[in-house]
Amino acid sequence: MSTATRSLPRTIGAHAILITYTVIALFPVILVVMNSFKSRAGIFGAPLTPPTPKTFDLIGYATVFGQGDFFHYFQNSLVVTVASLFFVLLFGAMAAFALSEYRFRGNTLMGLYLALGIMIPIRLGTVAILQLMVASGLVNTLTALILVYTAQGLPLAIFILSEFMKQVSNDLKNAGRIDGLSEYTIFFRLVLPLVRPAMATVAVFTMIPIWNDLWFPLILAPSEETKTVTLGAQLFLGQFVTNWNAILAALSLAILPVLILYVIFSRQLIRGITSGAVK
Amino acid sequence: MGSLKIENVKKAFGPVEVLKGIDLQVNDGEFVVFVGPSGCGKSTLLRVIAGLEDSTSGRVLIDGADVSVTPPAKRGIAMVFQTYALYPHLTVKNNMALGLKQAGTPAAEIERRIKIASAMLSLEPYLERRPAELSGGQRQRVAIGRAVVREPKLFLFDEPLSNLDAALRVNTRLEIAQLHRRLKATMIYVTHDQVEAMTLADKIVVLNAGRIEQIGSPMELYNAPANEFVAGFIGSPKMNFIDGARLGETAKTIGVRPEHLTVDANSGAWKGTVVHAEHLGADTNLYLDCEKAGLITVRIFGVYNAEPGATLYATPDAAKTYRFGADGKVLR
Ligand SMILES: Nc1ncnc2c1ncn2[C@@H]1O[C@H](COP(=O)(O)OP(=O)(O)OP(=O)(O)O)[C@@H](O)[C@H]1O
Ligand SMILES: [Mg+2]
Repeated sequence: MSTATRSLPRTIGAHAILITYTVIALFPVILVVMNSFKSRAGIFGAPLTPPTPKTFDLIGYATVFGQGDFFHYFQNSLVVTVASLFFVLLFGAMAAFALSEYRFRGNTLMGLYLALGIMIPIRLGTVAILQLMVASGLVNTLTALILVYTAQGLPLAIFILSEFMKQVSNDLKNAGRIDGLSEYTIFFRLVLPLVRPAMATVAVFTMIPIWNDLWFPLILAPSEETKTVTLGAQLFLGQFVTNWNAILAALSLAILPVLILYVIFSRQLIRGITSGAVK
Repeated sequence: MGSLKIENVKKAFGPVEVLKGIDLQVNDGEFVVFVGPSGCGKSTLLRVIAGLEDSTSGRVLIDGADVSVTPPAKRGIAMVFQTYALYPHLTVKNNMALGLKQAGTPAAEIERRIKIASAMLSLEPYLERRPAELSGGQRQRVAIGRAVVREPKLFLFDEPLSNLDAALRVNTRLEIAQLHRRLKATMIYVTHDQVEAMTLADKIVVLNAGRIEQIGSPMELYNAPANEFVAGFIGSPKMNFIDGARLGETAKTIGVRPEHLTVDANSGAWKGTVVHAEHLGADTNLYLDCEKAGLITVRIFGVYNAEPGATLYATPDAAKTYRFGADGKVLR
């Protein structure tokens, strides 16, 4: 950083703002994790204090692992998220490549149509989706969820990726064509690696809402077999008594996989930014 | 092996016509340079030849065979791009090998060709490096090497030197000239650098707004430009154009190159004042504001001392003065 942009008051100001924001953003997460290690009395008695030897209790985790098939729910969530993510990235990138690379009739219109999904929430179509799934016998399958989430994630993915793909050097693609690479090879081997940072961004934006979603699992796949973590955690949310220990423990556990995925993608993000580009 | 014929090629992007009927014959082993102002369609024409862009109408024949529907990889061409366009994830060696591997060339043959090409372009020390670990000049040499190993009938260069600094440009220009001499291959080269065009070309094609203005050897274009555009485009500094009426001539415009004017302190055809003088050592460019001819450039070989404000007389060499009609064509 040059000295011209580094004055002490400004540095302090910037850090103060960033720290405040971080604290606000992390507060609920820390609260959840902290309280998940406390006894029920501890949670209600002093919700803001970290667990002390007196209040420390693993009862929540014991319940989660003892009751219900939580490991299975986790697996479901992971399968749905990873599979949807895979399809969103694959189809999104392919559609974006076609839209940005080829001139064909209706190109702009198609782009607009595909981007429209960003503005229209997919939940408006829940009833129709449910009817569709019933008709095709996909209710209570993970496939139903994967299909819906893929559709939900595609518009934003195509929108972001096609902007990035337009910036990939035409000369590079043409060099590949002259060397006899197929359009698929050009796409997978030349273009995709260069838009990896954008792919990682899209992955993060797509992943979080899918992992956290309660709506579609509840409607399309509420069976014991296909429950996701968010839905599974509802088990402890009773009409009269709520098992807060278990809920907090379940939520704390649910943070872990997304965190891991996020770390993987953000590393890609950084590597993409720092790797040598065409010129 | 390696002739090219272009017949009435037109190219339009939507309603915009970029190439308006190009006819061109390139003989085997020729070095042809396309020049023209920015946006005149040089790259587009090159891409049509390469097959990266379909022409709207017309035919492209390589070695007598119509290649209009042949994909780029099967046309027997190789292309070098302005931005190098090396594959960032491959080593120098694999960058050169990729096209051959795709074409199913045996490994030993690939090895042999890479060896020859890398020796020719002094790339041996870098074969295991990636493009990101090379300098600009080295990258461009790799790009040229990638073209050489394909042993194409036709080399296509799209402004290969414009991203290099001046010194490197001279070196690489020399290398390309040597390459042409050694391989005896047909080469088509796009540039808007005068010097590159004049020094490399057997034949220069001057393009303007999607049309060919003139085709000829560098000296033909210099000595006998067909029209005002070519006369102004070839030669540096640019030819002086003087309104014929001001000089009492019947021609619309009179053209005289800066180097075909002589100056004298006491007498001459056009009296003028020195506006600015550029001293380049080997020669001196004087800008004179003349009463009769307006602002003209005079190029004097060697050192010439002239202060702005001084009065000088310029005299054109009558044998080397060009006369242009109202349509811009040269009058003979
Ligand atoms: N894909 C495209 N779509 C629409 N117009 C295009 C496209 N490619 C080129 N053009 C237009 O065609 C014209 C010629 O472009 P071209 O790239 O051939 O110019 P050029 O002579 O190579 O210029 P330069 O010297 O600047 O490289 C330009 O006016 C350009 O705007
Ligand atoms: Mg160009």
